[in-house]
Formats: sequence, structure tokens, C-alpha cells
Amino acid sequence: MAETTTRESPPEFADAARDEASLRRFLHGLPGVDAVGVEQRSAGLATRSIKKDSKLWAIDLAISMVDLTTLEGSDTPGKVRSLCAKARRPEPGVPSVAAVCVYPDMVATAVEEVRGSGVGVASVATAFPSGRSSLRIKVADTELAVEAGATEIDMVIDRGAFLSGRYGKVFDEIRTIKAACGNTHLKVILETGELATYDNVRRASWLALLAGGDFIKTSTGKVSPAATLPVTNVMLQAVHDWHAATGELRGVKPAGGIRTTKDAIRHLVAVHEVAGEQWLDPHLFRFGASSLLNDLLMQRRTQLEGHYSGPDYVTVD
Amino acid sequence: MTWEYAPAPESRAIANLKPSYRMFVDGQFVEGGGEPLKSINPATEEVLAEVSTASAADVDTAVKAARRAQDKLWGKMPGAERAKYIFRIARMIAERGRELAVLESLDNGKPIRESRDTDIPTASAHFFYHAGWADKLDHAGFGPDPRPLGVAGQVIPWNFPLLMAAWKIAPALACGNTVVLKPAETTPLTALVLAEIIQQAELPPGVVNILPGAGEVGAGLVNHPGVQKVAFTGSTEVGKLIQASLAGTGKKLTLELGGKAANIVFDDAPLDQAVEGIVNGIFFNQGHVCCAGSRLLVQESVAEELLAKLHKRVATLRVGDPLDKNTDVGAINSREQLTKIQELVASGEEEGAERWTSSCPLPDKGFFFAPTVFANVSQAMRIAREEIFGPVLSVLTFRTPDEAVAKANNTPYGLSAGVWTEKGSRILWMANRLRSGVVWANTFNRFDPAAPFGGYQESGFGREGGRTGLEAYLDV
Repeated sequence: MAETTTRESPPEFADAARDEASLRRFLHGLPGVDAVGVEQRSAGLATRSIKKDSKLWAIDLAISMVDLTTLEGSDTPGKVRSLCAKARRPEPGVPSVAAVCVYPDMVATAVEEVRGSGVGVASVATAFPSGRSSLRIKVADTELAVEAGATEIDMVIDRGAFLSGRYGKVFDEIRTIKAACGNTHLKVILETGELATYDNVRRASWLALLAGGDFIKTSTGKVSPAATLPVTNVMLQAVHDWHAATGELRGVKPAGGIRTTKDAIRHLVAVHEVAGEQWLDPHLFRFGASSLLNDLLMQRRTQLEGHYSGPDYVTVD
Repeated sequence: MTWEYAPAPESRAIANLKPSYRMFVDGQFVEGGGEPLKSINPATEEVLAEVSTASAADVDTAVKAARRAQDKLWGKMPGAERAKYIFRIARMIAERGRELAVLESLDNGKPIRESRDTDIPTASAHFFYHAGWADKLDHAGFGPDPRPLGVAGQVIPWNFPLLMAAWKIAPALACGNTVVLKPAETTPLTALVLAEIIQQAELPPGVVNILPGAGEVGAGLVNHPGVQKVAFTGSTEVGKLIQASLAGTGKKLTLELGGKAANIVFDDAPLDQAVEGIVNGIFFNQGHVCCAGSRLLVQESVAEELLAKLHKRVATLRVGDPLDKNTDVGAINSREQLTKIQELVASGEEEGAERWTSSCPLPDKGFFFAPTVFANVSQAMRIAREEIFGPVLSVLTFRTPDEAVAKANNTPYGLSAGVWTEKGSRILWMANRLRSGVVWANTFNRFDPAAPFGGYQESGFGREGGRTGLEAYLDV
């Protein structure tokens, strides 16, 4: 395995990634995930009834966890600037979001706009969203984003390599990108919609954790299905188990498909009850979303004012 | 950061609770000749309502009414016509689902999440399922035109009051029998609302009669000479008494009694989902489930890891107000049951098992017991052999599949079992060897009206549900 690392595997798992065969044995030795069971558990968590103060608290927390995202071919500096304005101050009296998430060429614009606000700039990289390019391009993509001032990098894994069982290649690539990131936070996008099975989601999660990813992220948002509650559940279980084994805290970011406050709160309930309350923190849990923020703002106002306003009362960015 | 979920209580008013309830005989609600009983809310110990109970004479009246209805009308009615009534009952249960759910939680103590999502929908599903059979009995595999038995005397327990009434009444009606049913003494209310539904569905008078009361009403009913079929769900002790008293009478009998089910986890199991299944197996309905997975058999190589996960998960269970939508474990149904659980738990500690109890807060009043897991349990201990019928799990270990089977079968009961493994061939191998009526694979406590349910040995005999379940109500 390539030794271009900025983060050594914890001693507990030093052998797991020694070579391709060890990695395969380790990942295939993880307990399986029963699809019926994990979906039943997720449906059960979704019945939690979060009301009043606990709802308002959850809404504010969710706002502070949003990675406000625009990842379109039609993005312009103007679009990114208005997104950043919204990120800094979603509404008077409302905390800022965690970060904005943009393509690498928009990083410089975003950095300029959020300077001094505490809002991070996350950049997708590594030939997002397909990841179908050479390692050289992926590294360069990452380095350019970091140089432009990105504080977080959202990379995609090589799903083709993963699905054909070349775990070592995926592992090396994550390590290489982590090295290119330096101190910049690395989120590893598994694109769970393409991995298809919960067993694969669990293996990819552990693979990314072993390789040093700070966060594991469900999706690019370009593939359907994107984030689902059972998938987030499996990933939360992985970071929980990782923490139990190594003492290290790693984060989870569901992205794509979470559009309503109700959905966001269901995810937070899963964070609370599957991973633990330690993860109710923007450093360890994020929502990759664009339209979610407005729904959170509307619901927040409803909680405070006692009646619904409407989409005309929140800004379109 | 701590996130306290704000109380989210379901409105009590939805239950339409009345100060008094009367028994239902021959299509009318009437005062019974017995001493009225008071049904209490086990979560608060307050009296919910006064309920009239049946005297011996009332039992006789009800059985005769059922006899008349069977002879003159229900037994002769074409199946397609019977089906219309049963479908109507199924729909009306679903329509009044919220009301029934809240009432069930008030009377029984089970969390509203369960009464709302399991008890009431499944009760409705049982009527829907059996309505479909009413005009298809020719094709049920019992030969052409199978005949009903006559009057069914049915006695049901307090753990799933409405659902058990549905399990008993729906197949009886579909097959052309009429019914006299005695709900449990501590939980008569939803069965009497079901009687209201039956009245509103315009079921002919006498087809279903509901007689609340204590054990002697049940004894009078099952021993009444006008009854052709007896169905009982409850304790093994009472089941034995019924079987003895019916010997030689020619009455057809089905018994669904106690259990001490093994939930067996192999080292290749999907561990996180196995933990969910274990929790669901023993803490569902406060463990007041005859098929509860009260013995966890776990392969030694994963025992430590599984127990750690289990403790963490059980600690998240929220115990408290049954009407709060976020409550996972509600109230123990009666003081008597609570005392029994406490006594058995004390015996577990005395006999040297290692007790772990969730530190969750418990309400100040009402009957509550915190979820408890005993480790290092051996087969010889009482908590491994006797049915606790509460939120108490006994954990044992095994080394090989043969040992798992031997330990699982080493009980006088045989109602249900669970097998957790990713290996399909092992599931089949185990299912062939486990002496229990139901074997769940990679799940637990799943109920479907199409799946027959029933036991071996001291767990009783006969099946309820599915095509097989019809046999108990047909003269075949």
C-alpha cells in the first residue's frame, strides 16, 4: 500500500490495510447488514414525535449543520455570492450554516464572500461526481481547491474499483487525496446509490474510515437514491463502532434528497439514538442540501410565531 | 449536547372513555348479574371505568343466544354474505383506529406507538383476511362444503386485548360459528368497543356475545354444554385445567399458552439487526408476549460484543407514560404481574446470574419495571426455565449449532424461536430441529394473519391464522 499518509491507521486496525488480501478479509469479515431489519429500525426511529422546545432546538441545530450546496453546470460567481450571503446569515437572528459547498472553480469566490463569518467552504473534488479520471487529475483537482482556500474537500470514491473488489485501489486513492488535503477536512463520498447494498455501504464506510476520511458522506446528489434514512443509519453505526474501537470521532454527512424539516429531524433522531448524542454537533454531522434550509427557516418561524408563513416569506437564492 | 424530547402525549379524549361499560348479549348491551369490576389504568392506578360482569345465568343466556343465531341464521348464511359483515367490521376497526389505540393503551398500559402501529392495524387485518375466506372454504383443503362446529366459547388474555379478540372472533365467524367471548378481567374495554362496532355493523343478534368477568365466568363458559368449541389463550396452568375439564366432552379445543422462546444468535449474524430483534423480542409490549424471546442464546465468540451493543441499545429505551408517542416501554399490566416479575428477578440474582438494569428514569406512580438483562444465566436457573412475562431477558451462550438446538429445545414450552445468521442453509437446518410452532429467521415478533401461529407441548396446540387456522373452527 502507498505510504503517502498524513494519518496512520490506528493500531487496532494496522493489519487490516496491510495489503489487498488483508483489506478484503477485514471488510468481508464485518457483520452483515440485514436489509429488512435496518429498514424496520429506521421506520421505527421515524415515528419519534419531536415537538415544542425539542423541535425548535433541533431546527436550530439542523441549520447549523447545513452544507449549503450549489453544484450545477450553470453556477456563476453571482449565484455563489448570493448563496454565501444566505449561508452567513440565513435570516436575522438565525445562526449561520456550517459551510457552503461548491465546485473547485467557485472556491475563490466563496472564500471571499464568507471571510470572517465562520462559515466554511467545502469543495467537491476528484472528478466529481463520477470520479472517472486519473489519479493525477484527482490530486490536481484537490490541490487547486485547497490552494483556492477550501476548508473542506468532498471527494468521491472510485465506485467502479469498489464494485469490482479492488478495495486497495480505493483505499490508496483516499489516502493520497487525504495527503493532498493536508490540514483540510476530508469528506469521502461513497455514492451509496451506486453501491446498492447495505453490506457494501458498511464496507465502504469502514474502508473510508481506515483510509483516514474525516467524514463519510452518502451521495453526490447526482444519483438517485441519494441519502436515505437506513443508509445514514448504517453509516452512523460505522462511526459509532469506529469510535468504540479507536476512540476517534469521525463524522457523517447525508446529502441529497433531504428537503424537509421533518426529514432532517428524523435524521437527527437517528444521530441521537444510533451514534449517540456526541454526534449532535456540526463538527460530526452535516446535511448536504440546498432547499432544506428554507424549509427549516419556515418551520422555525412557525414554532416561534405559532402560525405558518409560506415560501414567499423566505428568500430564494 | 443533550436533546430532551418534549412530552408528546396522545390526547386521552380520543378514547371516548365512558364511566361504565356493559356486557353485550344477543345484540344488546345489558347489565350483568355478576359483581361489577373496576378497570384501572396501570400507568396511574386510577379507575378508568366500571364494567358489568356476567353471572352463571348470563353465560347460559349468551350461549343460548349464540346457539339460536347459529341454527337459524349464521350457520346457514352463504359465505359471501358472512364475508360482507366481517369486511364491515374490519373497516370499522380501521376507521376507529385512533380511538381504539388510545383506549387500549389506557386500559392495558402498552405504549401508544405499539397499540397504534401494531395491535389495532393487525386486529383489523385479521378480520380482513378471514372475511376473504368466508366464501372460499371449499378450497381450504378440508373437502367440499366444510361445516362449522356451532358455538365457540373463547377466553382471551390481557396482553393484546383487542388483537386477541380479533384472532378468536374473525376465524370463528368466517367459518360460520357463533361466539361467546370472555375478555380478560383487567382489560375488558376495547372488546366492548368492538361489541359496539359489531352492533353498528348490524351483525345479527347473538352471533357475537361478549361477557366480561373473572376466571369463574371463563370456567362457566368453557364448561357450558351448549358450547361445541373452546379456544383459550392464557397461562399454561389454566390451559391444563380447561383441558382436564373438557376431557370426554367431545368439545373441540385449541390452547395457546405460555412460552420461553430462545432467540439464537450465531457469530455470522447481522449483529446490529440482531440487537434490534432481541430488543423487539423481549421488550415489545413490556415482555407481556407469550412468544417473547425471553432467552437469548448467543454464540460464545460474539457474546461480549453483542452484549455491549445490547446494553447500549437497551439504555436508549424510553420507559414511561404509555400515551406519550415517544414511549418505547409502557406500564406493567397489573400489580400482581409486577410482583411476579420482581420475584423472579430476585431469584435470578439469588441464583447468581449477573443483573444489568437500564438506568432510565421511571414514573413515580403506576406499575413500571426497567428493562433488565441477566448475563451468565445457566439452564438450571428459574429465570431460564419459567415464563417471566415481563421486560427481563436471560442471556445464555452456546458453542455449536447442536448445542444451540439442545438448549433451545430444553424447555417444556415450544411456542416460538428466532435464528440469526447470514447463512440460509443454517436457518433451514435449525428450523427443522427447533421444537417450536413459529421460527423467525433474522426477525422476531412478526405477526401476519396469513401465517399460522401456535405451539408445541406446554405452549398448547392448534393453530390460529392462515389456512391451517381455519381447521379449529370447522367440523373436519
